[in-house]
Amino acid sequence: MNSILESSATDCHPASVPDYTPVAQLHDLQLQRLRAVVTRAWQQVKLFRSRMDELGITPQDIRSLDDIARLPFTVKSDLRDNYPFGLFASSMKDVVRLHASSGTTGKPIVVAYTKEDVDVWSSVLVRCLAGCGLHRGDIIQVAYGYGLFTGGLGAHYGAEALGATVVPASGGHADRQIMLMKDFGVTAMCCTPTYFLHLIDRAAELGVDMKKLPLRVGVFGAEPWTESIRRHIESQSSIEAFDIYGLSEIIGPGVGCECSRHQGLHIFEDHFYPEIIDPETGAPLPDGCEGELVLTTLSKQAMPMIRYRTRDITTILPGRCECGRTLRRIGRIGRRSDDMLIIRGVNVFPSQIETALLQTEGTLPHYQIILTRAQGLDQLEVQVEVTPQMFNDKIGAMQELHQKLQGALDRVLGIRVRVSLVEGHTIERSEGKAKRVIDRRAL
Amino acid sequence: MKIQQISLFAENKPGHIAAPSRLLAQEGIDIRALFLADNQEYGILRMIVSDWQKAAAVLQAQGFVIKVTEVLAVEVPDRPGGLADILGALHGTGINIEYMYAFPYLRGDQAILIFRFNDPDAAIAQLQTAGINLLASEELLNI
Repeated sequence: MNSILESSATDCHPASVPDYTPVAQLHDLQLQRLRAVVTRAWQQVKLFRSRMDELGITPQDIRSLDDIARLPFTVKSDLRDNYPFGLFASSMKDVVRLHASSGTTGKPIVVAYTKEDVDVWSSVLVRCLAGCGLHRGDIIQVAYGYGLFTGGLGAHYGAEALGATVVPASGGHADRQIMLMKDFGVTAMCCTPTYFLHLIDRAAELGVDMKKLPLRVGVFGAEPWTESIRRHIESQSSIEAFDIYGLSEIIGPGVGCECSRHQGLHIFEDHFYPEIIDPETGAPLPDGCEGELVLTTLSKQAMPMIRYRTRDITTILPGRCECGRTLRRIGRIGRRSDDMLIIRGVNVFPSQIETALLQTEGTLPHYQIILTRAQGLDQLEVQVEVTPQMFNDKIGAMQELHQKLQGALDRVLGIRVRVSLVEGHTIERSEGKAKRVIDRRAL
Repeated sequence: MKIQQISLFAENKPGHIAAPSRLLAQEGIDIRALFLADNQEYGILRMIVSDWQKAAAVLQAQGFVIKVTEVLAVEVPDRPGGLADILGALHGTGINIEYMYAFPYLRGDQAILIFRFNDPDAAIAQLQTAGINLLASEELLNI
């Protein structure tokens, strides 16, 4: 436990102790938990058991951590196909919370938590926030959306468990956010990095000097962001900006987080076992190689995820972090192995847009997705080429078509998009295929 | 009695009407009448041209989104009440005007209005019964 004493005083929250578990002890704990969670999933989740049967393996075959590679993967469509409760490993009377992610075709993805799961979730968030230098006495404003989205409530429970004062502002209402930050003496913000960029701009318009606020820490997540955004945020306010990682399928925010060294994100490996695989072949890759992050929940009760393919492309950074934590780190997420877009925290697949257009029009017009950023918020525009079949020479009929497309896309994606009707053959095609996504967001 | 009109979809941005106009000019096609219906984002350019088949072919070949629609050219006495008389002939028939615009030339002392009706055949019958003159395509283009 010497390593705790060596680390900075702010890291010393009791919940952070597991961050420094000696590696051999951590591996023993991981193996013990892996065997338990595999057994649980095998006993309780039909899909998982049938996949194990197909591979001819049982939980007894998991004898070392390396044996994890023998287990089948779980993918996002498994959650969709088993909507709503098909992957639960607990009976509903033990489930204390349900969350759902938006932005999937028709049905959302549902995730469940037992009381123990909620406690684990809070504990990893405490470890995140403590690693960001926060503690009792801090006033933490949570500007993630509260509701089915895991961001708001996840950060809230974690900040409360830390012993901090929580301001549950939820998303939106920039002027009110700034008023609360100023009047309540908020010391830390939890939100998406782009939303904080918007708050910086809005504060300047309102004549509020961010640098004079007591604000000193920002915990930013739910979307990929870059070092240049960090530099911009830190130069425009007097905060230290930390990257936090998570996904609802695993638990929500708090799967991993940066420490004060900002050299990658520590994964809370005692609860979430990380692997990197080749996204094409599925073969495991050694630490230091770039590939797709795969996570296994080691302690989840209500909805264990075995080898969940996150589609996030990263690297497990080799070597120990200078902070003294034994937890391995991943590099910051820059891209994904699929074409999923993250718009204002909502997952959007171009294929959903295609399906909506096809269903509305009966044929698939050429379309293009254009991403821009205005006032710190991602904007999604769908340009649709008007075909002779769609064209009607009455302006009212065109407006009706426009509204119909707009409504269909809003419904399917769960976020407001802008639909533009454009002239035929104006969307650039390369080798006969249109480039579907143009990303003009300056990351 | 029906006149073929070319309707073209154009984004409401500078220069977007110029390209099709230039194309028609290059092909020696004369735009005899023109009306633009628009909103903030896009417009529909409706044209009566000297050779609609050729116009449709060249515009389509260049990727413009067009539609050929049938309209009627109605002679209207160029005096107060001229239009009211024509509309009166259609009153109570259920025939609906989807849009209308004026042809820019007079034929003698008669003005000419271009109508797009929901039911052109019923409109022809109704207007002719009321003694209102409709122009054939050749008559219209030779004014």
